[in-house]
Amino acid sequence: MKINGVQKECPANFTVAAMLNREGFAREGVAVELNMEIVAKDAYDTTVLKEEDVVEVVSFMGGG
Amino acid sequence: MKQDIFMLGGQEFQSRFILGSGKYNVELIKAAVEQAGAQMITLAVRRANSDGEGNILDYIPQGVTLLPNTSGARNAQEAVRIARLSRELGCGNFVKIEIMRDSKYLLPDNAETVKATEILTKEGFVVLPYMYPDLNTARDLADAGAAAVMPLAAPIGSNKGLATKEFIQILIDEIDLPIIVDAGIGRPSQACEVMEMGAAAVMANTAIATAGDIPQMALAFKKAIEAGRQAYLSGLGRVREKGAEASSPLTGFLRD
Repeated sequence: MKINGVQKECPANFTVAAMLNREGFAREGVAVELNMEIVAKDAYDTTVLKEEDVVEVVSFMGGG
Repeated sequence: MKQDIFMLGGQEFQSRFILGSGKYNVELIKAAVEQAGAQMITLAVRRANSDGEGNILDYIPQGVTLLPNTSGARNAQEAVRIARLSRELGCGNFVKIEIMRDSKYLLPDNAETVKATEILTKEGFVVLPYMYPDLNTARDLADAGAAAVMPLAAPIGSNKGLATKEFIQILIDEIDLPIIVDAGIGRPSQACEVMEMGAAAVMANTAIATAGDIPQMALAFKKAIEAGRQAYLSGLGRVREKGAEASSPLTGFLRD
């Protein structure tokens, strides 16, 4: 799977919540996109990722 | 004097200074916001870091409206994607559309901006489109449901001032939406001037971020924007094209 453009391992039953935890992202303060679709926060524990998935994890930073 | 309220997206603002949060240390955001008296601050959406870097939202004072931008978007579709992510980040439904195809001058793509505005207003966003000051585009943006129009004064980050002054004035005169001048304003005097012209608000980032003393420059901009607004509300004195008109009585008691 790809997370923010980097190829990563995808274990069995790997949920979005587990992915955030493994990658060191704070659950609050990020938004997750799975294959171009936004994953709602309340679906993080039930959404299971697959080997071919493309995941983006974004947050706010300074900008004009 | 009656209170001068700035209505935007159904929300009331007393401040007409929208502050950017780019190019300076997050530790200075609170002081800059306070000195600016800003009630709205722009942010960008980027891939998250996992290096434990603090959340920028922790540095923004409570009650300040967040205005995420879609910087990095090269077309309407990418801007829509960023806008949806920004809303998912839980900051309300304001969005500043910023679509650039050109990486040298960072000029906005007006046609794509209209497309993105149409899509996002239908999804309930309060859309503030950054644009090149063109009257036809501004009309299209108004028809598409934009909450304001944000024409550039000069290229982003240039601090070059009111290069597009005449065209901004046309938008102010012809468009029935708040005109928020964004990008290129480098000095408080330029912010003041555009407010005197009737702009509804000013957005500035680089002018403050690259100043010697960031909070102090934020305060200088606040004062300039307020002065310009007050001058606009009071109505500027007329210009006499030729000759002069005495301000003091020319009583000729010194010579008969």
